[in-house]
Amino acid sequence: MAFRRGGDTLEKLELIYKGAEAYLFKSTFLDTDVIVKYRLPKPYRDPLLDRRIRRDRTILEARIIARVKELGVPVPTLYMVDPEKAIIIMEYIHGIRLKELINHANISIIETYVREVGKSIGIMHSAGIVHGDLTTSNIIVKEDTPYIIDFGLAQYSDELEDKGVDIHLFLRSLESTHPRFVDRLFKAFIKGYEEIVGSRGKESILKKVREIRMRGRYVEERRLRKQ
Amino acid sequence: MIILGIESTAHTFGVGIVRDKDPFILADVRANYVPKEGGIHPREASRFFATKAHEVIKQALEQARISINDIDAIAVALGPGLGPCLRVGATIARALASFFNKPLVPVNHSVAHVEIGLKLTGARDPVIVYLAGGNTMIIAFNDKRYRVFGETLDIALGNLIDVFAREVGLAPPYVRKGVHVVDECADKGSKLLDLPYIVKGQDVSFSGLLTAALKHYKTGKYRLEDICYTLREIAYSMVVEVSERALAHTSKNEVLLVGGVAASRRLQEKFKLMAKIYDASVHVVPPRYAVDNGVMIAWTGLLAYKHGVVIPVEKAVVRQRWRLDEVEIPWRS
Repeated sequence: MAFRRGGDTLEKLELIYKGAEAYLFKSTFLDTDVIVKYRLPKPYRDPLLDRRIRRDRTILEARIIARVKELGVPVPTLYMVDPEKAIIIMEYIHGIRLKELINHANISIIETYVREVGKSIGIMHSAGIVHGDLTTSNIIVKEDTPYIIDFGLAQYSDELEDKGVDIHLFLRSLESTHPRFVDRLFKAFIKGYEEIVGSRGKESILKKVREIRMRGRYVEERRLRKQ
Repeated sequence: MIILGIESTAHTFGVGIVRDKDPFILADVRANYVPKEGGIHPREASRFFATKAHEVIKQALEQARISINDIDAIAVALGPGLGPCLRVGATIARALASFFNKPLVPVNHSVAHVEIGLKLTGARDPVIVYLAGGNTMIIAFNDKRYRVFGETLDIALGNLIDVFAREVGLAPPYVRKGVHVVDECADKGSKLLDLPYIVKGQDVSFSGLLTAALKHYKTGKYRLEDICYTLREIAYSMVVEVSERALAHTSKNEVLLVGGVAASRRLQEKFKLMAKIYDASVHVVPPRYAVDNGVMIAWTGLLAYKHGVVIPVEKAVVRQRWRLDEVEIPWRS
């Protein structure tokens, strides 16, 4: 049983991220590096409600990751899902976060990555899936391929509003991580997105993003525009 | 320094008089419009305000034992709120300012809820949870403004429980001995039903929950107590969850509850359970100042006036949708 060396149980759970909703552990499972995502119980919720929410969100996240992978978008492979325990075990992507890469790599290489991300999001949106937390921290580049991670807030949605929010969030994270190249990188993203959704799809999403940015919450942009 | 503040954004016409040393409240007089049935009728409320205003102002000056000449500036809530109601307060404030030649200070009603909460609880730099009939927002101060971290995408939390109470015949009155009728009813329930829990990122949505709860009620198959219990559990948990995200994200160590719904005991318990995870403290604005009042307008007006915030009378127009994150806060850093 040589292939069972290392066991089929999780070993050496190493806590690598503490979020408000879930903890992420790095571990090994069937001899490969994995991420274990554990949704935490919340003492302030009715126990039944708590179980229901954690179970439903675990199932939704796993389903969406599986569906997105099926569409050909680079995402972590699922290894195991336990809805009752609110645990997802998935591939550990050995790479560098786009957020960190932006400050170190050649900008034209970053441009090609961002264009790939635009394509991936275009594919997801066309299939009625929104990511919900699309930032440069949630993209990991491994062997020249940008992987999209953390589908914790992803949803099935065909609303232009939800898709617009995805793009707005991505633009905002570009602005905060690398303000000097925002225009170039956002153009590259939109180019990739347009390859999938076409020029009409592109126009309507850009219009939506502008509208979202003009709303009260983002008054900074509105003020600048008036000046 | 003495400031007179006027509140008239919804159902309360309130006048407060404050000064810049403790005890800071010199007067606090309110006239509440209570609809005969249904929710607030803005025009009826505004007529009610117009008939009560002079009396309320006179009483406030008497309570403070001062004359209008002792007032340094007039503060007024110019929004957000119901247009007709806002206009009554604004008209009176403009008249007082121009007739008695006093500076006029514009105050944002939401900012005022936050400021009175900070003043009365002593919280220093909290995540602020503003829960009222017309507002549901998770707020934190950052770089000159109060920033909105999350909010409702449709109706407010207070609106959800008020409309539900009214539709199923629990209200009016909405509050008995300081306890909301839905809270009272929910205390007698225990069974969790299947109603939607909708959190989208940092935001919450209550309209689907309201519709589903009313549908459950109309089938006649469920105990009202259990529907109230479920409605409350879900709605409060949604708000606590997004507040938790804001607390974790900002790494602050205080939570401040303001607005009318903050008085709910069960809501406070939930917040305490959440805050414990982060070793954070929970502060709650005292019930009397959780609801709309003139003191909070006067107090915020005082802070603003000390930093030179004034508005010419001819520019003091009401803004029904004036968001708190549009307001520069020069008195905090």
